[in-house]
Amino acid sequence: MSDQAFVRIEMLPEKKPPASTVGMIGWLRENLFSGWLNTVLTIISMGFIWYILSGVLPWVFQSVWNANSLNECREIMNETWGSTHGHACWGVVRERWLQLLYGFYPENLYWRVNLALVLTLLALTPLLFAERAPRQLWYVTAVYPFLMPWLLWGGSIWGTLMIAAGVGIGYLAFRLLAPIAGSLISVIASAVLPIIWWMFLAGSAAGVVDAVLPMGIETVESRQFGGFMLAILLGIAAIGCSLPIGIILALGRQSDLFIVKTLCVGFIEFIRGVPLITLLFVASLLLNLFLPVGTNFDIILRVMIMMTLFAAAYMAEVIRGGLAALPKGQYEGADSLGLNYWQAQRLIIMPQALKISIPGIVSTFIGIFKDTTLVSIIGLFDVIGLAGAIRADTAWNGIYWELFAFIAFLFFVVCFSMSRYSMYLERKLHTGH
Amino acid sequence: MTTLTDPPKESFRLSMLIYDTRYRSLTIQVVAMMGFMLVAAWLINNTLTNLATLGKPIDFGFLGDPASYDINQRLLEYDSRETHLRASFIGLLNTLVVAVLGCITATIIGVFVGVLRLSKNWLVAKIMTVYVEIFRNVPVLLWIVLAMAILIESLPAPKAFRGENPEASLSFFDTVAVTNRGVYIPEALFSNSLGNIHLFGASSLRFDISLDLVAIFVVLGLSIFSIRKLAARAKRIQEATGDRPKTWHINLAILLVPMICLLVILGFHLGYPSLKGFNFKGGTHMRNSLIALWLALSLYTAAFIAEIVRGGILAISYGQTEAAGALGLRPGKIMRLVILPQALRVIIPPMISNYLNLTKNSSLAIAVGYMDITGTLGGITMNQTGRELECVLMLMACYLLISLSISMVMNWYNGRVALVER
Repeated sequence: MSDQAFVRIEMLPEKKPPASTVGMIGWLRENLFSGWLNTVLTIISMGFIWYILSGVLPWVFQSVWNANSLNECREIMNETWGSTHGHACWGVVRERWLQLLYGFYPENLYWRVNLALVLTLLALTPLLFAERAPRQLWYVTAVYPFLMPWLLWGGSIWGTLMIAAGVGIGYLAFRLLAPIAGSLISVIASAVLPIIWWMFLAGSAAGVVDAVLPMGIETVESRQFGGFMLAILLGIAAIGCSLPIGIILALGRQSDLFIVKTLCVGFIEFIRGVPLITLLFVASLLLNLFLPVGTNFDIILRVMIMMTLFAAAYMAEVIRGGLAALPKGQYEGADSLGLNYWQAQRLIIMPQALKISIPGIVSTFIGIFKDTTLVSIIGLFDVIGLAGAIRADTAWNGIYWELFAFIAFLFFVVCFSMSRYSMYLERKLHTGH
Repeated sequence: MTTLTDPPKESFRLSMLIYDTRYRSLTIQVVAMMGFMLVAAWLINNTLTNLATLGKPIDFGFLGDPASYDINQRLLEYDSRETHLRASFIGLLNTLVVAVLGCITATIIGVFVGVLRLSKNWLVAKIMTVYVEIFRNVPVLLWIVLAMAILIESLPAPKAFRGENPEASLSFFDTVAVTNRGVYIPEALFSNSLGNIHLFGASSLRFDISLDLVAIFVVLGLSIFSIRKLAARAKRIQEATGDRPKTWHINLAILLVPMICLLVILGFHLGYPSLKGFNFKGGTHMRNSLIALWLALSLYTAAFIAEIVRGGILAISYGQTEAAGALGLRPGKIMRLVILPQALRVIIPPMISNYLNLTKNSSLAIAVGYMDITGTLGGITMNQTGRELECVLMLMACYLLISLSISMVMNWYNGRVALVER
């Protein structure tokens, strides 16, 4: 008996999903118009974006570049677009951008700053992209700390070479003494000998050699430094030095040695408890008081020292977080392998702790880089200080958006790339599942 | 029987101080202590020698001298004949004012932005991301200076409010005057005022407390106390009978009636700003420097708080919500009883450290001329008296005090909410 007229024996072909759930329309429905509340929010946001863009875009692009003063700028605007003020006057940036970037650095020596910047990038490459960079670049990284200050400040090459020689002396002392006198004494010697060399001998040695064979480039005074270059210079110094000091402070804070721990905690909490500006006051007014009578060293160096100490305290806390986040088993595992304290730190603990704290470390870097602007308060002409000077100039009195937009753009580019790099690094080092 | 023989007595050798782990930590600590004390002694000695050479030994006597500068934005009475100590005290209060105002607004904006960044609406989430990235990646000093410039350059001058057809008019139903000399907001006035209590006599730290304000707070406290009593009673009834009595109308009455009575008795009214001569009179005058600092610090810190809030909410796994739903809790209760207590544990510590940052960043007031403690003690007083060491030390001590008190609160909170594990 079969009253069934039709039996399907093959599968129906798949139908396409409804047009309203896939592709552009589906995405729009899901993300922008999924309910009445969402639709209202979308419409409000679109209105907001329209409002912002309709103000900003004409301001940025229908703008005046060829003007030498704000009044001239306004005249041109009135002629071109009628009496509206919704147009930027980029003339100030065109006229002053070199000053905003280089401060009062002599114009004929800009190449030295540029060369230093190129060197910075080259020296950073192996640090940032270790496995992709050519190995030869490590040599650039090695000579960079000596070459960069010499390029910027100029003066005799011998002084720089003598300072570099101190490192060589330390290394030699370590290599020569290690087989004879044991590791401890050689480590102490490799720390003490260079200091003696730098403090007492390097200066006169450089003087003698320089008298025999003068070699050098034109000197640039510290007060000629300024602009964005100063921010980068201070940022590099503070960032570069704060990481090792921060690691040592963090280890000190985690250690079992009561006195060492107390000293580290006291230092960290003190620095973190006061604003950077008070430390900069110390740099500009008091640091010379703390040193022997008649000592007077460079203001930029003093600021670098205080900013490094400031950054180091914050760095120490970030790294302490990483150390505390490591499971205890890692420490015990290192002990059971028979590694001593420093070996365990170097091979087991630090690589993991630093990896965990990358986001914190980078945001500290970004913070310290942004904080370099505070030097304008103690009278150095960094970008913000220069902006104040330009706004006080009669030609540009009354301008603010254009200047600050330019400065904000400079900082944004650097800080944003740092935070993106930290994300890349996190992804690269992510070895979990 | 086993006989125990003493191990051969090791005589103490000097090298054991380094190579024997029993003594090594002691050696290291003693060396560290000696090194620290040597360096400290060297620094202090240098400082004393230098100060003696300069002819200005450490002396805090200058704090009693007349300050002879004016502080235009202040909470307490002050004039330029008063002492430097008084000026510093006024400055310290100004720091606290901007810190408290900033923390409140930064929290409100930050929570708002942080929650909206998690919105399912793509456009809203992106707008908030742009806000966070722009404010986080540009120095706060730039925001402060820019806010100041905008306020000065773009707002109407008081004279624009004058005449038959003024170019500018008061905002918020004619109560708030926004001018390029600052913002004038209505002030609270009491026609039957109870007067003030004067604390600390005539010293530099003298402090007036308005009794009207005290009365308002006392009444408010009593109202809240009775409301809580009422809630406890309602809970008892609920546990006994299963029915929870309605209390909200009684609560509202307890809150409003005494307060309104008190305000009527005190003769509460608002004093509005009005244009007199070249400037506005009446109302509370908030200067541009305060507004710029407050605005910039709040917007900047809010970007960080937004990230913290977002992280805190993301840190609570979705299973918690589902489990609470499975227990039969309603969405409001899920948020209040399950999600929020856990998220707050993640959110509060970094939030407080951001409050701390905001307080420390308020020292940038000096860039726009707001007279906080850095502007008074670390600014004009220091420049006038030439007492750099004393001023900077006192300045640091003030900030340390603020920071340590906030940290103490944070540690107390952390201890209270910490998960108790095995």
